[in-house]
Amino acid sequence: MKVEIRKKGFEPYAELARYQTELNIDGQYGACATFIGSMRDFNEGDSVQSMVLEYYPGMTEKYLEKISTEAIDRWELLDSLIIHRVGEIHPADPIVLVAAWSAHRAAAFDACRHLMEDLKSKAPFWKKETLSDGERWVEKNTLG
Amino acid sequence: MSKPETLPMSISIKFFARLREQVGKDSDELKADSVTTAGEAWARATDGAEMPVNTLMAVNMEYVDADTVVADGDEVAFFPPVTGG
Repeated sequence: MKVEIRKKGFEPYAELARYQTELNIDGQYGACATFIGSMRDFNEGDSVQSMVLEYYPGMTEKYLEKISTEAIDRWELLDSLIIHRVGEIHPADPIVLVAAWSAHRAAAFDACRHLMEDLKSKAPFWKKETLSDGERWVEKNTLG
Repeated sequence: MSKPETLPMSISIKFFARLREQVGKDSDELKADSVTTAGEAWARATDGAEMPVNTLMAVNMEYVDADTVVADGDEVAFFPPVTGG
């Protein structure tokens, strides 16, 4: 299990490949479900130029570790990975990578979705958008 | 025999995101003389400012509600709804 907050850009596919190689679980897992979230250049009808992602050092990692541990227990996962970006980001930059490995696909799909929804609704991160005419805090996440 | 109700307590306060901007500081150190709750800690740290209805709070990095009692040395954090991912 790994949880990481990144202050600089990351390449999710390379991270995934590297971590999976380190895991050394070839032959054990039949499924790996992944989610990659990237920054859009629009939100609520407005063009967004950039964004700053703030977090609560300590609590954010602790919360993500807690939900990872719970998901591994609940779905009997072989492992999980969460990488989340903070700091200033631009459209198309990766924001989050979630991956779940399991023997069968249902557990991997369900755990990956659950981790992502839990992260979205409760992990302490906040987005502030820069528009052409100023800044604004994102008040709430969009549904699914 | 100690008297907990008279011992000065030191509570570390943190504010994040929009609340940090509204309150005008990212942290504070509260001295309190008696048992206090997370909600009271907000009131003291903000000079009685009204807490936005959707405010989330944590004590020692665990989610709590406003009635949760805080102890000496605790870290109490206040922040708006989260928007990560």
